[in-house]
Amino acid sequence: MTTTSGPLATRRLILQGAAGVALLGLGNLPFGATSALAAANDKYPEEAFKQKSEADAIKALYGKTAEPSDKVKLDAPEIAENGGVVPISVTTTLDKVTSISFFVAENPSALAASYRIPDGTIPAVANRLKMAKTTNVTAIVEADGKLYSATKEVKVTVGGCGG
Amino acid sequence: MASSIRVRATANGDITEVQTLIQHPMDTGLVKDSKGEVIPAHFIQQLKFECNGKNVFVADWGTAVSKDPYVKFSFKGAKKGDDLKVTWTDNKGGSDTTTAKIS
Repeated sequence: MTTTSGPLATRRLILQGAAGVALLGLGNLPFGATSALAAANDKYPEEAFKQKSEADAIKALYGKTAEPSDKVKLDAPEIAENGGVVPISVTTTLDKVTSISFFVAENPSALAASYRIPDGTIPAVANRLKMAKTTNVTAIVEADGKLYSATKEVKVTVGGCGG
Repeated sequence: MASSIRVRATANGDITEVQTLIQHPMDTGLVKDSKGEVIPAHFIQQLKFECNGKNVFVADWGTAVSKDPYVKFSFKGAKKGDDLKVTWTDNKGGSDTTTAKIS
């Protein structure tokens, strides 16, 4: 009895081990698939940054149009003395915000920056942008699948796109 | 070499405020140098903030972001002592990463 149960037991152990590995392999598969998806979601929106006009950039980035909303508060200076560094920030009281983007209408490419706001992050961003000349700055907030915007004109005395 | 990223993360109750300043030329590719040669585009494309294994903020940038970029945002769910990992990658394949303790 003892002579046969020894190797049998090890055999069983090996089989169990193999099954475990097989299960692990299977378990890894869907996990790998989801992380690949998440990576795709993280992709840099290169096409949108290439678009010249604001309308094209919004279309390339979101595929829809925005409506103006007083729930989006865009804070930008009236006059920027140096177009190379224009402090611009946006806050919103909207719920379920998933992204915030900044557009400068008459820059060589309109889309300046796009921020993804995951769950738990406050929908407010402050940053500094370059502006070629006096033009409109637009902030777009994506909330619950819809786009809301706020626009403000900033006067630029010295452009930020070159010497 | 010192990190190109300076980050300050301060927890105030449930909300953590993050301020970041990065040293980067952010060249647009439209500017000429003193010899009249175009300075090629060199700019940060993506900046990520990770806390407790989760992305808390992802920035996609174009060339219109100012030189030595600054960004400020806040998020919930972290506490003092947690690690905040900051990573950027630029259009030339360059990158840098740093980890800051939330204070």
